[in-house]
Amino acid sequence: MIRLEDINKTYYNGAALHVLKGLNLDIEDGEFVAIMGASGSGKSTLLNIVGILDDYDTGSYYLNGKLIRELSEKDAAVYRNKLIGFVFQSFNLISFKTALENVALPLYYMGVRRGKRNRIAMEYLEKMGLAEWADHLPSALSGGQKQRVAIARALVTNPQVILADEPTGALDSQTSIEVMELLQQVNREGMTIVMVTHDPEMASMSQKIIKIRDGIIGSIEHQ
Amino acid sequence: MFDDFQEIFSTLRKNKLRTFLTGFSMAWGIFMLIVLLGAGNGIRNGILFNFADMATNFVKLWPGRTAQPYEGLQAGRRVKLDSTERPFLEEQFNQVYNVSPLISRRGPNFYHGDDYAPGVLQGVLPGYQNVEAVEIRAGNGRFINEADIQQARKVIVLHSRTAGLLFKDKNPLGAYINYDKVMYKVVGVYHDSNMSQNPNSCIPLTTAQLIYNPENGYSQVAMLLDGLETKAQNESFETDIRAALGRKHRFDKEDRSAVYLYNVAREFLQFKGIFNGITLFVWIIGLGTLIAGVVGISNIMLITVKERTKEFGIRKAIGATPGTILRLVMTECLMITAFFGYIGMLAGIGVTELLNHVMGPAQAPTSQEDLVLFTNPTVEPYIILTATLVLIIAGLLAGYLPARRAVQVKPIEALRYE
Repeated sequence: MIRLEDINKTYYNGAALHVLKGLNLDIEDGEFVAIMGASGSGKSTLLNIVGILDDYDTGSYYLNGKLIRELSEKDAAVYRNKLIGFVFQSFNLISFKTALENVALPLYYMGVRRGKRNRIAMEYLEKMGLAEWADHLPSALSGGQKQRVAIARALVTNPQVILADEPTGALDSQTSIEVMELLQQVNREGMTIVMVTHDPEMASMSQKIIKIRDGIIGSIEHQ
Repeated sequence: MFDDFQEIFSTLRKNKLRTFLTGFSMAWGIFMLIVLLGAGNGIRNGILFNFADMATNFVKLWPGRTAQPYEGLQAGRRVKLDSTERPFLEEQFNQVYNVSPLISRRGPNFYHGDDYAPGVLQGVLPGYQNVEAVEIRAGNGRFINEADIQQARKVIVLHSRTAGLLFKDKNPLGAYINYDKVMYKVVGVYHDSNMSQNPNSCIPLTTAQLIYNPENGYSQVAMLLDGLETKAQNESFETDIRAALGRKHRFDKEDRSAVYLYNVAREFLQFKGIFNGITLFVWIIGLGTLIAGVVGISNIMLITVKERTKEFGIRKAIGATPGTILRLVMTECLMITAFFGYIGMLAGIGVTELLNHVMGPAQAPTSQEDLVLFTNPTVEPYIILTATLVLIIAGLLAGYLPARRAVQVKPIEALRYE
C-alpha cells in the first residue's frame, strides 16, 4: 500500500537540516500504524511526504503501486483528493461551513453533484453519530464532535489511506479514547490508517508502532 | 458551474459585512462614472441644441478686394461675385449644392404707417431656407418662392421681431410696408434663433438686383456641402475653392482678402473637438474613480486571502487544485464587482434620468442670455454595455493578485498556522 524506499529530505532554512536520512518503510493494506518519535525526529515530515503535501529529495515513494514524485500541484491535489483522507490535531474544519458542508467539500472537489454529495456526506455523519448536528457550524460543536466531523470528511471520498496527525492532541482523555475507538472501528472496516502521535496510550491502540529516531526507523513494535 | 456559484455565494453570504464594504467602493466608482458621463453629455447636448436648427455644413463667401497684384493686375481690385458663380461652383465641386446667393442692404428703416423698425433687407433665393434657420410657423404665410423670383415681385418676408414692431398684434400678412420708398407686400413672417440687433427681412433676389444692385454683384454666396467629414477634408475644400475662384476671378489663391470664406462645418468640428475633450476628461476621471474602486477591492481581497490562509490550506489538502482556488477567488471578486457595480450603475442612471425629468425638455432660447447649456444629461445604451464590460474587466483585475496569493498558500504551513 505505502512503500517508502531510501527517502531523504533536507530543509534549507538558513542552515541545512537533514530531516529524513534514507528512510525505508512498508505499510500494508488494512494496517493501523502509529508513528512515534521525539520532536524533530522527522515524523511530521514523513507524514507530509506520505500525504503528498511535501516532496522529497531522493528515494521513491509508492502509494498503491504508483510512484509519487515531483507531481504538479494539480496532480498532487487530485491524488490527495482521491487517495488520502486527512485528520488533523486542530480539526481544520472551515469555520463558516456547517458540519455537513465540511464533510461534503472533498466531494465537491471530486466533481460530485450537490444532491449526491450531501447524501453521501449525511451517510458518513450518521455513521459518526452526528446526524442531528449536520446543520451546526464547527463553533457550536465540542472538540470530540469536531474531530468526528473531520474523520467523516476524511472518509467521505473513500480513500486508500487515512493520515492522522495527532488526532487526539487537542482532546481530553475520555474523548481521546472515543476518537481512537472510532478510528479502530474504521480500521476494522478495512481502512488503512497511519497516525502520528506522541501519546503512548493512543499509540498502544494501534496494531503497529513505528518509532522514528533521527530521520530513520528506530524500531517497529507489533501489538 | 451552478455548483461553483453556490459554493462562492455561500462564502459571500456568510461574510456579509466584508462583502458589502468591498462592493461599496465599486458601486461608488461606477455611480460616479455614470453621473459624470451623464453631466458631460448634458453639456454636450445643451450646446448642440443651440446648433440644432441651423445647417452645420455650409460655407459662406463674401467678395473682398485683392491684396496682391496678380497677372499684371493691380492690388486693391474689387472681386465681384455674380450669377455665374452658381453654375461654376456646382460644376467644379460635386460636394456643393444649394448655392444660395444673397444681396443685403442695410441703412433705411422699415415703415408701416408711423411705426418703423430697423433691419437688414436681403434679396434671397428660396434655397436660403436650407442654409439659415428660417421657420415659417403655421398661419404665418410663406417664404419667397420661385414665382417671386421669376417675376421679381415686390414681396417681403419679415422677421418675427420686425413684424412685431411694425404690426403689434395685427396680422401683417397682405399688408404693405415701405422700405426706402418702395412698397413691399408682406407674404410671410419667419422665426429664427437669431438674436442680433438687426433682424433680416427677405425679398426675392431678382427684385433686390433690379432695384438696388444692378451692377455690383452679390453681397454673399452661401452653399451647402456634402461629404466633408473631417477637418482635413474641410481644409482641402477651402483651399480648392479659393484656387478655383482665383482662376475665375484672377486673383492669387493665397490672397485671403479677395474672397472671405466662413466654413461653419469647421467651426462645428471644433466644437465637437471640445466635446470630445470633455468626454475624454470625464472618462479619465470616471475611470480613475473606478480604478480606486478596483484597488480598494483588490486590497480588501488581499487581506481576506490572508485571513483565509487556513481555509485555502484546508481546501488544498482535501483536493482543491490551484485552478479551482484561482477560480474561487476571482469569481468571488467578479461577483462582488458585477453585483455592486450594477447597483452603482442603476443608481447612476436613476440620478441622470431624474435630473432629466426634473429639468424637462430644453426650450428654444428666447433671448441671448437664455442659451441652453445643459440638456438631457443621460447616457446612451452603449455606455451601459461598455460599463458592463469595464466591470467584468475590473473584477478580474481586482481578483487576480489576491487569487495568485491564495494559490500560493502552502497547505503544510497553512495547517500548522493556529
